[in-house]
Amino acid sequence: MSAIDKYIRQSALPHIWCPGCGNGILLAAILRAIDKLQLDQKKTVIVSGIGCSSRASGYMNFNTLHTAHGRALPFATGIKLANPELNVLVLTGDGDSTAIGGNHFIHSCRRNIDITTIIFNNCIYGMTGGQSSPLSPTGAIATTAPYGHIERPFDIAALAIAAGATYVARGTAFHTVQLTDSVAKGIQNKGFSVIDAITQCPISFGRKNKMGGPAQMMQWQKDHAVFIQAAAKMKPEDLAGKFVIGELHKSESPEYTAEYDKMIARVQGKGDQA
Amino acid sequence: MSKARLMQGNQACAEGMIAAGVRFFAGYPITPSTEIAEIMADELPKLGGKFIQMEDEIGGMGAVIGASLTGVKSLTATSGPGFSLKQELIGYACMAEVPCVVVDVQRVGPSTGLATSPAQGDVMQARWGTHGDHGIIALSPGSVREAFDVAVAAVNFSERFRTPVIVLLDEVIGHMRERVELPEPSELKIVNRKTPTDPPETFQAYRPDADEVPPMAPFGEGYYHHVTGLMHGYSGLPTASAAVTNELARRLESKINRAQDEITLYTEDGIEGADVVLVSYGGSSRAASAAVKMAREQGAKVGMIKLITIWPFPAEMVMAKTRKAKTIIVPELNTGQLVGEVERYVGRDRVVSVTRVDGELFKPEEILEAILAAGGAK
Repeated sequence: MSAIDKYIRQSALPHIWCPGCGNGILLAAILRAIDKLQLDQKKTVIVSGIGCSSRASGYMNFNTLHTAHGRALPFATGIKLANPELNVLVLTGDGDSTAIGGNHFIHSCRRNIDITTIIFNNCIYGMTGGQSSPLSPTGAIATTAPYGHIERPFDIAALAIAAGATYVARGTAFHTVQLTDSVAKGIQNKGFSVIDAITQCPISFGRKNKMGGPAQMMQWQKDHAVFIQAAAKMKPEDLAGKFVIGELHKSESPEYTAEYDKMIARVQGKGDQA
Repeated sequence: MSKARLMQGNQACAEGMIAAGVRFFAGYPITPSTEIAEIMADELPKLGGKFIQMEDEIGGMGAVIGASLTGVKSLTATSGPGFSLKQELIGYACMAEVPCVVVDVQRVGPSTGLATSPAQGDVMQARWGTHGDHGIIALSPGSVREAFDVAVAAVNFSERFRTPVIVLLDEVIGHMRERVELPEPSELKIVNRKTPTDPPETFQAYRPDADEVPPMAPFGEGYYHHVTGLMHGYSGLPTASAAVTNELARRLESKINRAQDEITLYTEDGIEGADVVLVSYGGSSRAASAAVKMAREQGAKVGMIKLITIWPFPAEMVMAKTRKAKTIIVPELNTGQLVGEVERYVGRDRVVSVTRVDGELFKPEEILEAILAAGGAK
C-alpha cells in the first residue's frame, strides 16, 4: 500500500480520464505533497471547477467540492473566509481558471487569500472535445480554431504575479518530483499560491496538433522545460520556444483571512489597534 | 420605554437575517439592495462574522455557498440584474442542497430598467430563473416589520429544507421607512440544519430522512463526502443512472412541496362572505389594503389575502379562501405574473388582473375601480 492510498476515494474509481492523460500524474503529485506536509485530512478541503481537471476532486478522500464552471475560487473563498483553519486547495483547468473564471482568478491573487490553486494546463478544453482555450498556443489547431488559433495565450504565471499572488510556480506531468515540491511549497505559503501544471491531452490536443502519443507529449515537456536555475544562466535567444519551470515568484504580503481576523479583533476592541 | 424605531425595509431585513443567525455575507453593490450589504459590512465583524465584497455577483453567490458548507448561515442580496447573474449558482445550491438566502430587492426590468423604482417583475424568475426542475421557496414582505419577520423565516426555511430561499422585496419596501418594534431575540424561533447521527464511516451525505431532507455534515469534521452539481447518489458521487436521477430530481421538488402547509405564510382580511377577494403581495398589497377599505365604505363585500409565501404557490389555501367569491382580483407591479398561478387553480373566468409597469406604485383608486367594476359595490 502506498503512502497516498488513504487519500484516494476508492469508491469513486475508475476515473473518467482518457488513456495517456496526464491528470492522474498531477493528482498523484498533489497527494504526495499533502502527504509530505502531513496535512490534517479532516481539515483539508479540495475545491474544483468544471472540466477534466476538476473531476480530480471526486477521487480524493477529503471534503471535496465540485462546483460550477469557472467558480471554484469564489466557493473556495467562502470556505476559507468562513473557516480559516481549513486548508483549501483548488484544482482547476486552463479554461476554467483563465476564461470563464478569469475574473475570480485575478481577484483571488489580489486578495492574497490563503488558497493553493493548481491549474491543470493542457492548453485545450478536453472534456468538450478540444476547443481552444486562453492557454492554447498561437497557431494550435482546435475544433473551434480549425485554421489555427490566431489569438495569443496568457502566461498564467506572469498574470498571477502581476495580480498579486505571493507564490507562483510551474511544473509539468513529466517533472513530478519538482511539481510535488512546488505544490507543497504553495500549500506552505500563507497566501494565494498558483501552480501552473502543464499536462498532456493526447486525445483532444495532441492528435490534432500532430504531437504523437502520450510518451511523445511527455518527451516534449522534458525537452522544452528549463529549470529556473538553468534559465538564469541562459541567453534569451536560447530560451526561445522553451518554458521555465520551478519556483517563479515568492513574496511576503498580508494574507486576507488573517487581516480579517485582525479587523474583527479591532472592531471588538480586543487589541491590535495598529 | 418604547422600543419603537424608525427604519428602512432593507435595514429590518438585514437585522432579521442577523437575528436568525446569519454570520456570513458575500455580495456585490447594486441598487436598491446595497444597504443590506453595507449593514452586514458594519455589523458582522462585531459578531465575529464575515462580510466580503466579491468581484462580481456570481462570485458573491459562490462564496455564500462555500461558506454555508462549513456550517455558517449565509446570505447574499441583490437586485434584478444581479439576480439574473446568480441564477446558475442558485441552481447549484438547489442541486447540492446548500442552505442559503438570496434577497432580491426588485426594481423595474428587464436589463438595467429603472434602478430606483419598484416592480414585482422577478416573481417568475424566483421560481424558474435557474435551469432545470427544482423546488424553491420565495417569500415577499409587505411592510418594514414584515421584512424582519420574513428574513427570520427565510433563514429558518433554508436550514430546515436545505435549499436556497429567495426573499423578494421591492424597491419601495426596501427603501421605505416605518415605525417598527422588533421582537426580542428570545421571542424568535430559530431553526438550525440537521447534522448527521451516523459516524463518518457509514455517513451517506445525500441519504434523505423521512422528511426527504438529508442531514448535513459541515466541512472540516471528518465526513469526507463529495458535493457536486452533477446528478448524484446518496454518497454524493456523480452518476448518470436514470433511476437515481429520477429519484433526486423529484425529491428536490417534493421535499419542499410536501411541506406546503408549513411554508405557507399569509394574512387574510374579511374573506367570509366576500363577493370580491383580492390576492395581493409585497409592496402592492398596501394600495390593495387601502382600496379594500375604500370599497367597504361604499358597501362592497370585499376581502383580501395577502400572500407572504409566493413559492411554493399556496394553491390549496387560495382555492379554499376564494371558493365562494364571484371575482378574484390580482394586483401586481408587473404585466401579470402571479395571476397565472391564481388562474391555474381557481379557473380563468373569475380572475381579474390589475397591472402596472411604469415604475410607479398603484394608487388605491386603480384597484378600487377594479373592485367596483367587478360589482363589488351595492
